[in-house]
Amino acid sequence: MGWLYFFFGILSVLAVASAIVTISSRNPVRSAFALIFHFFMLAGLYLTLNAQFVAVIQVLVYAGAIMVLVVFVIMLLNLSNEERLSEKFDVRKAIAITLGIAFIIQIIVAILIPNSFNSNLHQDSAVIGTAQFIGKSLFSNYLVPFEIVGILLISAIIGAIVLAKRKVE
Amino acid sequence: MNTIPLEFYLILSAILFSIGTVGVLTRRNAIVVFMSIELMLNSVNLTFVSFSAFLGDVAGQIFVFFIMAIAAGEATIGLAIVLALFRQKQTVYVDEANSLKW
Repeated sequence: MGWLYFFFGILSVLAVASAIVTISSRNPVRSAFALIFHFFMLAGLYLTLNAQFVAVIQVLVYAGAIMVLVVFVIMLLNLSNEERLSEKFDVRKAIAITLGIAFIIQIIVAILIPNSFNSNLHQDSAVIGTAQFIGKSLFSNYLVPFEIVGILLISAIIGAIVLAKRKVE
Repeated sequence: MNTIPLEFYLILSAILFSIGTVGVLTRRNAIVVFMSIELMLNSVNLTFVSFSAFLGDVAGQIFVFFIMAIAAGEATIGLAIVLALFRQKQTVYVDEANSLKW
């Protein structure tokens, strides 16, 4: 029981710290690697929620596929460190940070209002996190959205090729 | 059995979402803006998974699966747009892409 809190504390502190490094680093490559670390921490948090399948596809899809793409583009563009981190309007930056903090406080206050949720994980949570259960549900109840996502991914691939290919004179 | 309350996960997810929001609103490198959007999507995923585990409903994890597919498509298209922008203007900074600004 105690070790679970310990594990959650380490994972969440590291997740928040790597998120802050991601948005505050001057070097985009460092941002990308902090974000990859963040995704691994989130996969650990999913494991504390008994969601094995989501944890695995988090590492495979996010840390494996999306971030490789991002790092490739950064390397391709050969970016140097930013001399100015943010846009030049300091007013906008101040407003953004104020809004962000207000947003956190609002959500935390809303969450801390007493509610009727169980304080324990649902008894079936270990069952519904498995690839078997999610797969069965995905190919029965959610078959149509699944196929539509396939069409969307194909159109994304075609769009990316059209946008990124070199124009032939 | 897990004894970490649901509120902890929700607060963590709110903090991560706000960090992502601040990143989107303040950074000028388009690629870092994309990474901040990924941060926001992931914090929402954490909320979905925790509600799914606490309510014993698989729909949350199915939604996470779809969100990941959408995020992959979004990252592909977005990075292609960044590449096209870099070819046109030799910059990835969002405040220098102002051709549409009159």
